[in-house]
Parts: sequence; C-alpha cells; structure tokens
Amino acid sequence: MSPKIGIIGAGKLGTALARMFAGSYENVAIINSRAPDSLKLQLQILLPGVQAMEVHELIKWADIIILATPLRQYQTLPLSEMAGKIVVDAMNYWSPVDGKIAEFEKYADSSSELIAQSIPGARIVKTLNTVAYSELEEHALPKGDEKRRAIALAGDDTDANALVAQLIDAIGFDAVTIGMLKNGTLLQPDTELFNVRVTADEMYAVLDRLQKV
Amino acid sequence: MEIGVYSFGDVQRTKDNKLGSTSDATKNLLEAIQYADKVGLDFFGVGEHHTEYFPASSPATIIAAAAATTKRIKLGSAVSVLSTDDPVRVFQQYSTANIISGGRVEYIAGRGSSTESFPLFGYELKDYEALYNEKLELLLQLNSLGKNESFSWDGKFRPTLNNAKIVPQSDEPFKIWLATGGNPQSSINAAVHGLPIAYAIIGGHVSRFKPLTDLYRAAAEQYGPEGFTPEVSFAVPGFVADDAKDAKDTFWKHWHWTMATLGKVRGFAAPSREHYDYESNEDGALFAGDPEEIARRMVEAHTQFGVTRIFLQMDVGQMPQEKFLHAIELLAKVVKPRVAEMLKETKHES
Ligand SMILES: NC(=O)c1ccc[n+]([C@@H]2O[C@H](COP(=O)([O-])OP(=O)(O)OC[C@H]3O[C@@H](n4cnc5c(N)ncnc54)[C@H](OP(=O)(O)O)[C@@H]3O)[C@@H](O)[C@H]2O)c1
Repeated sequence: MSPKIGIIGAGKLGTALARMFAGSYENVAIINSRAPDSLKLQLQILLPGVQAMEVHELIKWADIIILATPLRQYQTLPLSEMAGKIVVDAMNYWSPVDGKIAEFEKYADSSSELIAQSIPGARIVKTLNTVAYSELEEHALPKGDEKRRAIALAGDDTDANALVAQLIDAIGFDAVTIGMLKNGTLLQPDTELFNVRVTADEMYAVLDRLQKV
Repeated sequence: MEIGVYSFGDVQRTKDNKLGSTSDATKNLLEAIQYADKVGLDFFGVGEHHTEYFPASSPATIIAAAAATTKRIKLGSAVSVLSTDDPVRVFQQYSTANIISGGRVEYIAGRGSSTESFPLFGYELKDYEALYNEKLELLLQLNSLGKNESFSWDGKFRPTLNNAKIVPQSDEPFKIWLATGGNPQSSINAAVHGLPIAYAIIGGHVSRFKPLTDLYRAAAEQYGPEGFTPEVSFAVPGFVADDAKDAKDTFWKHWHWTMATLGKVRGFAAPSREHYDYESNEDGALFAGDPEEIARRMVEAHTQFGVTRIFLQMDVGQMPQEKFLHAIELLAKVVKPRVAEMLKETKHES
C-alpha cells in the first residue's frame, strides 16, 4: 500500500517536495504554521492532488512525516505526537543563514540527533536537506539514467531507511544510505556532501575517501 | 517592458590583486547609476548588503544622491532588509528621495536572504517572519496616509506612535514592491496587500517560477484589493557583452568568485563550470550573453510570465567598472530597442 506522507512546512522546500511526491503517491498532505484553509489557493495552483491537514491530524494520519520548517521552529511542533512514526528531518542548522542557536552551536553531533532526542520513539532519517529546493524538480531523472543525481540519507532504523530510500527513488534520485544517524554529520552545511551535484558512484567515491562507511 | 540593473556595490580588484576599497566601490556605484540614466536605462536598484566586497549597506543614501543627479531613471532598493530597519525612518528616507527625484523612487521590500543586518542592528533571527510582517504592515500604512494625517500605531518591534506626524510626504506615495525568492506564501501576501511583486531568480530555471506567478495572479483575483492590477518583475544575475562567448566567460569568472566566497561562509561547494553553463543558457537563471540573446530571453519572459520589468545584477566578484559601464550601455542602447522591436513583431503575428 502506498505510504501516507505528511509534510510539515509549506515553504520553498515543503511545497517542492509535496508536488514531487504527489506525482508518485496518492496520499500526500501538507501544513504550514496556520490553518489548512490558508493553503487553499496553493493546493489548487501549485499542489494538485495534495491535501492540507491540521498539524495534529496530519501527524496521526501520516506514515512518514517530513520536517520542512525552519529549524528554529522545531520546538514549537507537537514533537511528542510523532512517537512511532518515520520522521524525515530535512531541516538544516545553518547559522550563517538562519542565525546561531545556542543548543545547536555547542552540540558536536548532527543536528538530527539533537532533534531525535526531542522525539522519543520516532524513527528519524536525515535526508532531503542537502539539495537546494530549486534543484529538486530540475535535477530529477528517471531510474537508470547515468547522470541521475544521488541523495544521501542516514538513520538508525534500517526499515525506515529503506522506505525513505524508495521515496527518494520515486521522485527521481538515487538514494545512498550512509549508515547510522550519527553519520548525518557528513550531510550538514560545510561538508563535502552538502549540495553537491554527484551521481551515486561519485558519492560512494567521496565516502570511500572519507572512510566513514 | 522596462529594463534595468541592480547592484550590491561591487568592490574592484587592485593592481596588486587585492580587494579594493569600499569607498571606491561606493563612488563607482553612483557613477554607474548616473551613467545608466544618461544612456537611457529604465531602472537602477541598490541592494542592501554589509560585506567588504558588497558594501552597499545604505541604499537610501545612494538613491538620494542619485535622485539629485539623474533625470529619468527610476531608482529603487533591490532589496532593502525591511526586517532590520525602522519603517518610519524608511518612509522618511524614501519619501524624501522621491520628492527630490520628482517621483522616480521605489522601495522593494525584502526579508533578506543574507542575514548580516540582524546581528548588526540587534535583531534576532528567531523573529525573522514576525519582524517582516509587522514592519511591512507599518510601512504600507505610512505610505497610504492622507495629507498631514496624524498617525497612531502600536506593535511589538518599535515604540508606539501617538498622533505622530510623519513627514515629508511626496505628492504621490512612492511605489512599494514585495520581493520574494520563491516562498509561495510571499506571492500570496503580495497579492493580498495589492503590491507589485519582484521575483529574485538566482539559480535554476526561470520556468520554475511559472507556478508562482500563476499563484500571485490567482491570489490577486481572489484576495486582492478592488481595482488592483498585478505587476511582475524579475531580478536575475547576468551580464551583457558585444560577443556572446566573452559575456559568458567574463561573467563566469566574477560570478564564480562570488559563489565560491559565499560558499565558504555558508558551507556549500563552489559551482562547477558545467553547472554554470547549464544555468547561463536557454532557460537558466543567469542572463549572460550577447545583446541578441538577452533581448530574446527578456521577450520570452514577457510572453511567458507577463513580466514588465527585468533587471540584471552584473557587477559581482570585482567586475571591472569599465566592463560594467559598457554592459549598461549595451542594455540601454542595444537590448532595449531590440526588445521593443521583437515585442512589436510578436504583436503583429498574434
Ligand atoms: N530552501 C531550500 O532549498 C532547502 C533545502 C534543503 C533543506 N531546507 C530546510 O528546509 C527547511 C525549510 O526551508 P524553506 O526554505 O522551505 O523555508 P521557508 O520557505 O521559509 O518555509 C518555511 C515553512 O515552514 C512553515 N512553518 C514555520 N513554522 C511552522 C510551524 N510551527 N508549524 C508548521 N509550519 C511551520 C512556514 O509556514 P508559514 O508560512 O505559516 O510561516 C513555511 O511554510 C529549513 O529547515 C531549511 O534548512 C531548505
């Protein structure tokens, strides 16, 4: 059965993802910081086939939740309701752009691990944070195309990783699993894999060099 | 169709290969605006930035200087970071310059994709959205006051105003645009407020903005004030030279420096030449080419999106001033008439 995908954040990244997922999946929902009604026109014009849902309802409904709000907003989200869900963290802690946040500034591991601590019981996958939203739709290519771009993902739950890898494949990219969530440090701003335009083979070569896999 | 330029005030490279002075860059910027006016360009925008290579931190000041020393060109911020400014001050500055210019001044309100101004002026990025919304609201109200009308206002981010007089007022309010980098909600907001919109298209394909311009027009129809006519402009990086290859190679060098420098600060890899070629050809966001190619692309944007103004950022990464000035001249004297000619032809055909 086709998984239900719920996207929290209807900005540049959230709407791009919603549109792409709606091309392959029947059940895609999205919400911003307001009531679902506020997205009426966006659904009609930008996101045909996507529904808007109140955030608590969306969390309950979805099999896979995608966090696509500014990272500084994450604590305002009803995180505890996400226990047991697959949660894709697409948010970046990107201080030159979004400003410094003390708890992330002093945290040495990946930002997703800190977020994972606030969502006990969720199966967190860090991915979709490394591609500029403007390139998602433009760089998508069919499976098997030799130029197909790779998107890396990291997570502790292998089943969750596999399911998210399918999602990535479905929207036109090769998924490269780089292991546990702690390896997410390889996918943050200021790393070699952040917003690089590489194929899966090229990505494996970088990873080999970094000797992290 | 209006054709223009925007600039963040590009410093020059010195003979001993160092970064030149911000003082020279500021004089160069004013010179470029005056030159653009002389050769007949329609618009010049000054974009607020606070770095040693993009030093145009105070667009209102440059615009005021230009207002007094130019005749026809429209002048605007492109963009100003309204979130970290005081709307009362902004209103006074742009209104003053608008009066001096004889009604040629515009304000393009942005949230700012560069956030240097937040720590500089003591604002917090956690208030990013709230600051922008409140300040835009206040600025719009100030700009629509009746003659000598007293004004009272209460908000979160600036002291309360009680029956204040906000002067001077120009005969007609200056034009306020809303700038956006592609967040869909911004397109709706512009329409709801009845504002013209400026899309900053700095990467990817231009056609990516089609759904957004559609959204803006649909929102204008559904939620816009009565009698409001939507108006769309595009701001794109680009460069014009007599020869297409020269234009693309020249812009590559300077654009690449800028992207590599920005990448170092923000932690992303510098783009490759392959990527640049992809973005500076056909439908790409970078309008670098000879006058014929650029004219054709502007006409396409007009036909496809109903865009009525396109303005290019040409002086980046220490673009030599004489090349910048020549590009301005080409835009005004070759591209502009060519665009007008092509638009006439398309009208005849249809
Ligand atoms: N832009 C990219 O290319 C890109 C690429 C990779 C990763 N990312 C990451 O993706 C995230 C979003 O970036 P963006 O560029 O899409 O930002 P954006 O355009 O500013 O959009 C942010 C969205 O989040 C919503 N939001 C804010 N607080 C919320 C809350 N408490 N509950 C529900 N929704 C909320 C906003 O809704 P309102 O309109 O109601 O405020 C808005 O729809 C960031 O963490 C960023 O690092 C972005």
